[in-house]
Amino acid sequence: MSAELLAAGAMIVALTFYALLGGADYGGGVWDLFAAGERASKQRALIADAIGPVWEANHVWLILVVVILFTGFPPAFAGIATALHIPLTLMLIGVVLRGAAFTFRTYDVQRDDAQRRWSYVFSVASIFTPILLGLTLGAIASGAIKIENGQVAGGFVRSWLAPFPLAVGCFALALFAFLAAVYLTLETNDTALQDDFRKRALAAGVVVGGLALLVFLLSGAGAPSVRAGLTRSVWAWPLHAATALCAVGAFWSLWRRAYRWARWCAAGQVALILWGWALAQFPYIVEPDITIHSAAAPHATLRLLVVALGLGALLLFPSFYYLFRIFKSK
Amino acid sequence: MNDLLAARSQMAMSLAFHIIFAAIGIAMPLLMVAAEGLYLRTREEVYLTLAKRWAKGTAILFAVGAVSGTVLSFELGLLWPQFMSYAGAIIGMPFSLEGFAFFTEAIFLGIYLYGWQKISPRAHLLAGLMVALSGVLSGVFVVIANAWMNSPAGFELLDGQPVNVDPIAAMLNPMALSQTLHMTIAAYAATGFAVAGIHAFQLRRDRANLFHRRALAIALVIGGAAALMQPLSGDLSARAVARLQPVKLAALEAHFKTEARAPLSIGGIPDEERGETLYAIKIPGGLSLLAFHDIDARVRGLEEFPRDEWPNTFIVHAAFQLMVGMGTLMACIALWGAISWWRTRRLPEGRWFLRAVVVAAPMGMLAIEAGWTVTEVGRQPWIIQGVMRTAAALTPMRGLVVPFVTFTLLYIFLAAMVVWLLFRQVAASPRLPPDEQRRETKMEDKSVVG
Ligand code: HDD
Ligand code: HEM
Ligand code: HEM
Repeated sequence: MSAELLAAGAMIVALTFYALLGGADYGGGVWDLFAAGERASKQRALIADAIGPVWEANHVWLILVVVILFTGFPPAFAGIATALHIPLTLMLIGVVLRGAAFTFRTYDVQRDDAQRRWSYVFSVASIFTPILLGLTLGAIASGAIKIENGQVAGGFVRSWLAPFPLAVGCFALALFAFLAAVYLTLETNDTALQDDFRKRALAAGVVVGGLALLVFLLSGAGAPSVRAGLTRSVWAWPLHAATALCAVGAFWSLWRRAYRWARWCAAGQVALILWGWALAQFPYIVEPDITIHSAAAPHATLRLLVVALGLGALLLFPSFYYLFRIFKSK
Repeated sequence: MNDLLAARSQMAMSLAFHIIFAAIGIAMPLLMVAAEGLYLRTREEVYLTLAKRWAKGTAILFAVGAVSGTVLSFELGLLWPQFMSYAGAIIGMPFSLEGFAFFTEAIFLGIYLYGWQKISPRAHLLAGLMVALSGVLSGVFVVIANAWMNSPAGFELLDGQPVNVDPIAAMLNPMALSQTLHMTIAAYAATGFAVAGIHAFQLRRDRANLFHRRALAIALVIGGAAALMQPLSGDLSARAVARLQPVKLAALEAHFKTEARAPLSIGGIPDEERGETLYAIKIPGGLSLLAFHDIDARVRGLEEFPRDEWPNTFIVHAAFQLMVGMGTLMACIALWGAISWWRTRRLPEGRWFLRAVVVAAPMGMLAIEAGWTVTEVGRQPWIIQGVMRTAAALTPMRGLVVPFVTFTLLYIFLAAMVVWLLFRQVAASPRLPPDEQRRETKMEDKSVVG
């Protein structure tokens, strides 16, 4: 396999990890806002404990996606950052507010009104940011970003302010909330709390299903070539089958309170959705003007990048394993 | 405000904000680890309290550093897409390596902050060391990228396009060593002095408080040692600039006329129209000596370069004076502390000394901001020295004043919040029970005698 394909693959792997780990941290913020009932404060505390030790490490996956993109495929980064200047800027504001508010809330020495205000900022930013992240990916997939001689044609608004990207944004939010609720069932031994999040996971799962359908319907007009990939390729139906299997498995195990299974199924479902999108779009990074090959950096850079990613992974995965073993083995 | 100016201002503001947290993220873990290590050796509770308190403050600052750094990674493309498109393949490598340094830093910081009860003391200390090490590496990698903008290497130009790209050679560019060294030491000096200043301030009101005494000692040792090294490393930087960016040297020294045995101008206002620096104290031969270690060396002045390649001499010269002034004062205070310790073998805590340490608290951070102003404004009009002009790198997006104002307001708000939170932390200064306090102070006196 060529170095550019490996680098592009690594980028999708990093994006997958960001969705599975960082995404769930955003989802936690959603459930912080919707904490309700007699156990509302317990729910909030559980969410904070679950996110606290890991969110900064999880967040670095996003940075990794960005650096692989600008090192391995510089014109693609330039094109995306130019055409999507506005939604990316808005997303960054969300990133800043979410992280800062969460930390300020955790580390403030006195418990008072300020805490509640930070909570609010944290959870609202946790809703806002994933929508913009999804919207960005939707715009990239839509084919509406036109690059001519390295210049962006077609304006800075039309490509993303459209039904399809907006639907993808909502879909991303629903997926993250779903993941978070499923993971949270495993963060506690208190069965009442587990049940709270089980209910939330089931509800979010239904919303995910509805939005998936909406995104699919809109893709006909909103992202025609991705739609074509998702319906006409040889791999399309096996992929849909596997995704559906995961989704049903997640529901079934939630229903049966087999939370460990539910976690793997939910994660599998999200990962497969991402990979389905990536495959449908292959070999384009940005439909329809930038491909993996046309944007690839010189060979020397890509080879070095792949080697660095490989060595980095050797360092990274044991460290992550250690982190999660300390905090996530309940 | 035109778009180019807005973009430059946004970049400058974001970096000026981020660098404070980055410097603390580099140095603070070492202070924490030092306190924790001393606790494991001496078993004095006060060191443990100290490590935990510092860790809390670091957690707040680190998070702000992480989010503002994320903003920067995107801003490189949001504001300067042509630069990234051109340079990404050449200089993306250190950013990628930096990514892994961030991972280790964030992972082990999570373990450090939340793992006090969950892992053995030794493993905990080791986690802290990992944070300290990866913090330094994060800084080193990104400064390497910046050094490349000052002294581009690792590619050849063919019709204005880079060919034969060699990312390793790009990382080993001629400014890399002097800049990374200078920045890393700067982080220790600035953070050490800032922390020392806070604890010295508390100590002035609460003389016997052991917590603040121990804290002051650690911060002074680390910050002071770095402050003593900084002028030497600055000399290395200055000579690299003299060799590789003669325009920048001329601007930062406000040196207009090419001459041998060039004088050093201290202070003064450069007058670009008349081509001379007014009201400066001139030390004959000083500039030649500093820039080339030879009092008769010929130093090229601004007059040798086309006018449209001059950076803003007033800003660059003033910022340079500020940095060197702060650096000199900090080195003097460090020397004062060292001499006092050497003569009495105990923590220097004279009234005047503590007062000086309090006054010096913001100096390191000021010097860092000033130093970056020298580096970045001094490189203008180039974004990549001699290769690409800043104006050519700008995004075609218009109305950039909007994101500039938005991020400025956001960061002002965050800065205010951080200050307020830290103030609440510091205000809750721990006190040992009076008994223990007396015993500890006595023990200390004994060890002084013994
Ligand atoms: C605590 C902070 C601090 C202190 C005390 C000093 N510096 Fe500095 N200086 C920096 C912090 C800094 C910096 C912010 O870290 C810079 C910006 C870019 C860089 O690599 O380091 C810098 C840049 C910088 C440059 C420009 C390098 C370039 O453009 O690439 C020179 C010539 C010096 N320094 C020289 C000195 C000298 C002669 C000092 C004598 C006291 C000194 N610095 C003290
Ligand atoms: C264009 C310039 C820069 C970019 C793109 C950048 C990017 C980033 C990013 C993405 C992070 C977040 C990592 C995380 O999530 O943990 C970060 C944090 C950090 N950066 Fe920067 N950075 C820049 C400049 C600098 C400089 C000049 C230094 C220091 C010399 C520095 C040192 C650090 C450190 C030590 C951290 C760790 C977080 C902290 O301690 O606050 N960065 N940076
Ligand atoms: C963190 C410390 C830093 C500070 C305080 C800083 C400060 C500044 C300032 C004042 C400017 C505006 C210069 C002008 O337009 O007159 C600027 C521009 C810029 N800086 Fe830095 N800088 C820092 C580090 C870095 C690093 C590490 C990088 C990249 C690796 C970097 C990349 C840039 C770029 C791309 C621009 C815009 C183009 C230009 O003005 O040349 N900076 N920065």
